[in-house]
Amino acid sequence: MLVSMRNIARALFLFFIVLFSVAGLYVFALADFVAITQILVYVGGVLVLMLFAFMLSSKTLVDQLQNGASHFFALPVWQSLLIAASFLAILVYASLQFGAHEPTWIVTARESGTAIEPTANTVQQIGVQVMTRYLLPFEIVSVLLMMALIGAAHLTRKEGKL
Amino acid sequence: MITLTHFLVVGACIFAIGLYAVIARRNAILVLVGIELMINAAILNLVAFGRYDSTRYGGQAFALFAIVLAAAGVAVALAIILNVYKHYKTINPEDINKLRD
Repeated sequence: MLVSMRNIARALFLFFIVLFSVAGLYVFALADFVAITQILVYVGGVLVLMLFAFMLSSKTLVDQLQNGASHFFALPVWQSLLIAASFLAILVYASLQFGAHEPTWIVTARESGTAIEPTANTVQQIGVQVMTRYLLPFEIVSVLLMMALIGAAHLTRKEGKL
Repeated sequence: MITLTHFLVVGACIFAIGLYAVIARRNAILVLVGIELMINAAILNLVAFGRYDSTRYGGQAFALFAIVLAAAGVAVALAIILNVYKHYKTINPEDINKLRD
């Protein structure tokens, strides 16, 4: 329903609901901090940006939507549905097969009790791990985020005055 | 009890919906939403697998990094979309056919 809706503002609000639901699934997977980050980053940042861009560019959009002749990649709806459905079938089959034969590290983790418990203090653990074991990816990601934000600001800058 | 397989199946569904959005929609913003859905499916898988790793927390840490990368990508992509809209007065990717001014 999200992807087949004509009205883009409604589709974006459905996307909002999807993001909240995925955050709930993260909580079920015992990843509280990732869920909070998802809500903060996506719902607070990305979705507002998307609504902003949509409202800035929606003048001619309504006319565009009425005459539905052309498609991205020139694929009509049934072909893309076919591709997506076959992809879904392959992925579901693979994950069912995967559930039948779990890799050994998951089994050993379950037996030796190193899987995350619901009472674990995940936020503290994530903080410690990010600052020690994953310090290099953390720094790279922060530099890349700064580059992306500077690039975005540069792209939206008014042309002509340097 | 929610097992790993359930998370994988839900992730597969979200990924397929995102793929459909990317190849079927002709609005650049909705194509971007489809890409975000696919990234979310990947993050869901990371988190679901990261549950079985309480010594290193690899899944959750890299899920956070992936969220940051997705946010950076969205910021740049929306800036490009706005520029393209200013230039072409449309955000249908079909009509954008020049690489230079």
